[in-house]
Amino acid sequence: MELDPVLLSRLQFAWVIAWHILLPAFTVGLASYIAVLEGLHLFTKREIYLRVSMFWIRIFSVSFGMGVVSGIVMPFQFGTNWSRFSDAAGDIIGPLLAYEGLTAFFLESAFLGVLLFGRRLVPPWAHFIAALMVALGTLFSSFWILAANSWMQTPAGYQIVDGRFVPTAWLDVIFNPSFPYRLAHTVVGFYVTTGFVVAGVAAWLLRNGRFFSEARIMLSMTLWLLSVLVPLQIVLGDEHGLNTLEHQPAKLAAIEARWETARNVPLTLFAIPDETNETNRLELNVPHLGSLILTHSFDGEIKGLKEWKAEDRPPVAIPFFAFRIMVGIGVLMLLFVAASWWLRIRDTLFDSPWFLRACLIMAPLGFVAVLAGWTTTEVGRQPWTIYGLLRTADSVPLALTGGDVLVSLIGYLAVYLVMFPAGIFVMAKLVQKGPAPGPEADSPIESGRPAGPTQIQLHSEGDAP
Amino acid sequence: MNAAFDFVPVWTLILGAGIFFYVLLDGFDLGVGMLYGLAPDVSARNIIMNSIAPVWDGNETWLVLGGVGLLAAFPLAFAIIIPALYFPILVMLLALVFRGVAFEFRFRDAPHRTFWDHGFCYGSAIATFAQGVMRGAFIQGFEVEGRHFAGSTLDFLTPFSLLTGVALLFGYGLLGAGWLILKTEGEIQEAARRHGRICLAGVLIAIAVVSIWTPLATQAVAQRWFSWPNIAFFSPVPIATAIAAYGVWRALNGRSEAGTFIGGVILFALSYVGMAISLWPMIVPYRYTLWEAASSESTQAFLLVGTLFLLPVIFFYTAWSYWVFRGKVRADVGYH
Repeated sequence: MELDPVLLSRLQFAWVIAWHILLPAFTVGLASYIAVLEGLHLFTKREIYLRVSMFWIRIFSVSFGMGVVSGIVMPFQFGTNWSRFSDAAGDIIGPLLAYEGLTAFFLESAFLGVLLFGRRLVPPWAHFIAALMVALGTLFSSFWILAANSWMQTPAGYQIVDGRFVPTAWLDVIFNPSFPYRLAHTVVGFYVTTGFVVAGVAAWLLRNGRFFSEARIMLSMTLWLLSVLVPLQIVLGDEHGLNTLEHQPAKLAAIEARWETARNVPLTLFAIPDETNETNRLELNVPHLGSLILTHSFDGEIKGLKEWKAEDRPPVAIPFFAFRIMVGIGVLMLLFVAASWWLRIRDTLFDSPWFLRACLIMAPLGFVAVLAGWTTTEVGRQPWTIYGLLRTADSVPLALTGGDVLVSLIGYLAVYLVMFPAGIFVMAKLVQKGPAPGPEADSPIESGRPAGPTQIQLHSEGDAP
Repeated sequence: MNAAFDFVPVWTLILGAGIFFYVLLDGFDLGVGMLYGLAPDVSARNIIMNSIAPVWDGNETWLVLGGVGLLAAFPLAFAIIIPALYFPILVMLLALVFRGVAFEFRFRDAPHRTFWDHGFCYGSAIATFAQGVMRGAFIQGFEVEGRHFAGSTLDFLTPFSLLTGVALLFGYGLLGAGWLILKTEGEIQEAARRHGRICLAGVLIAIAVVSIWTPLATQAVAQRWFSWPNIAFFSPVPIATAIAAYGVWRALNGRSEAGTFIGGVILFALSYVGMAISLWPMIVPYRYTLWEAASSESTQAFLLVGTLFLLPVIFFYTAWSYWVFRGKVRADVGYH
C-alpha cells in the first residue's frame, strides 16, 4: 500500500492539535478563575478563597505544563509537515504566531513561576498581579492564534504575488471576517468548559461529604457564571453560523448535509450522508426550521454541495455529525443551567442528589464540545488550508514520504499516550485530595532570602471570618 | 514596493539574538537536566530540579519564538530547513515533552518517580543531542531545488552532525554546571565543579575539531577565514576563545561562583559569532541569502514595531521573575 504523506500529515496534525487544544480549553478559563479567587482573597481577606485558589493552582500547574510542552510541538508542525503552506503564507501567518509568543507566552511563563512558587517571596498584591498576568496571557494567546486560524478560513488583507500571500492591510488580516465570531465563540467555549469541570469537581466533593464550604463556593460561583455564559454561547454560535453561511457556504452545506440549493429548507436532525450518491439516507427532518435557524428567515436560501465540483467539497459526514454533537451538548448545558436556576430558587442547589450527579456527568462534556466544534470548522475548511486558495494537498513538503510521516505519527501517538493519561491521573489525584492544606499544599521553591509579608495560616474546614 | 529601509539586518540581529538567548537559557536548564542524572540522592535531585523549576518554561518559550520568528522574517528558510531536519526536530520535540512534564509528574506521581526521573534526564540529553545534530546539519547545508528541500529526510545524519550533537552535550553540560555552581552550595556545588571540568574539556576539544573540520570540508568557509585581510579581522575570535576557556578553568577550580556560567556564556557567544562569520550572509547555507529568504517589507515592518516595544518589556518582567527567585536554592523546601 502506498502511504499518503498528505493524509498521514493531516492525521498527525489532528492528533497533536486535538490533545493540545484540551489544555487551553481548560487553562484559559482556569487562569481567569484563579485570578478572580486571588483577587477576592486579596480584597476580602477571607481565607476560603485562598484555599480554593491554591487547590486549583495545583491542578493548573499540571495542565499548564502539559499545555506548554504540547504547544511547543505545534509551530514546528507548520515546518516539518506543512512547509509549502509556510512558504506561501509565512508573510502573514508568521507575524501572528510571533506576536502570540511575544505578547502571551513570555507573559504567562514569567508570571507563572511567581504564581506557583512565589507566594512567600513577593507581597500579596504582586502575587495577585502575577495571577492576573497569567490570565491575561492566556487571552492574548487565544487572540493571536485564532486570528491566524481565522485568516486561513476567511483570508483578507492580502495579495498574491508569484503564488505567495503578501500582506496589504494588517488590520484586515487580523480582523478578517470570521475572526471576531470565532474568537468570541472559542473563548466563551473555553470558559464554559472550565466552568463545567469546576462544577463537577465541586459536586464530587459535596457527594463525598468533604470540604463543604469550599465546594459550595466553587459550585455557586460557577453556576452564576454558566448562567450567563451558556445562553451567551448559544447566541454567539448562531452568529458564527451566519458568518459561515456568508463566507464559507460549502462548509455550511456540509455541516447541514444539503446537496441541493433550496429555499425554505428543513432542519435535518439526523441523517447518514452518502457522498458517493450525493444524497442522505435515513433523514429525520423538521420542516422550515433549517432556513429559519441558518438564515433567520423562512425562505432563506441555503446553497447545496452540488454547487461545487466534487474536488472542491469538504467531507460531509464528519462536519455533519461533529456539529450535531456540539449543538447537542449545548442544548444539554442550557437545560442544566435552567435546572440550576430552579434549584436555587428552591434553595436546594447543594443537596439535590440528582443535580450533583448531573454535574459529574456534565463535567467532561465541554471538552467534547470543543473538540467537536474544532473538528467541524477544520474539516469543514477542507480541501483547503487557506480557504479557496491553497489546497491541503499542495501544502506538504515535496521531499516528505509517507514512511517519514508514519514514523513521526507513531512517535507522537506513543509519547502522547503516555503523557496525557499520566497527566489526567496526576490531576485526578489532586482532585481527590481536595482543597486540603498540607505539607504539599503550597510550599514554594524558596531561593535566597524569603522576603515579603505573608500570612498563610490555613484551616481545613469552615470559613474564617 | 521601493525599499525605504532595509529591515533584513535588523531582523537578522533580532532573530540571531533570540536563538542565542534560547541556546543560553534552555542550554543551562537542559544541562541541569543532564547533570540531574548524576545526582547521588533524592534530596540532591530535588534541589537541582528546584533550581530551574520556576524558569524552565520561560526558557523554552525562546524556542517557540526562534521558530515562529524564522517563519515570519525568513519564511523561505523555515520552509526549507525545518522539513530537512524532520527527524532531529521530531526527536527533540518528543524529548522536550518528556522532560517538561517530568517537572510536575515526578513530584505528584510518586509511584512512577523513577520513570519520570529518567524521562527528565534522558529527555534533556536527547533534546540537546538533537539540537547539536541540527546545528551540524545546518552548517553542512541542504539539497535544495527551487523553493523546496529536495534531499532525503536522513541527509542530516553525517559524522559531522553526530560530532556537533556530542559537542552540544558537553556545551549545555558546562552551562548547566555553571548554573548549579551559582544556585547551590556544598556537595552539589562541588559535584557541579567536577562535572564542569569534564564538560569544559569536551567543549574545547569539540570547538577545536569543528573549527578545523568546517573549513576543510567547505571551501567557502575556508576562504572566508583564511584569506587576507579577513584573517586579521577574525583572529581575535579564536584568541578570545582561548582566553575565555582559561577563565572558565580558573573559575571551576577556584572559588568563583559566577565565573563558570559567565565564561560558558562567553564561549557560546564566540562559537556563535564564529559560525555567523562562516556562513554570512547565508540563511539556507550555500543556497539562499538572508535577503533572498526574507519576507515582505510589510511583514517585517509590522512585526518590528511590536517587537521593539515588547522585547524590553519581556526583558523587564523576566528579569523580575529571576530576581524573585534569586540566591541559593534551599534544601528544606522542595517542588510542591
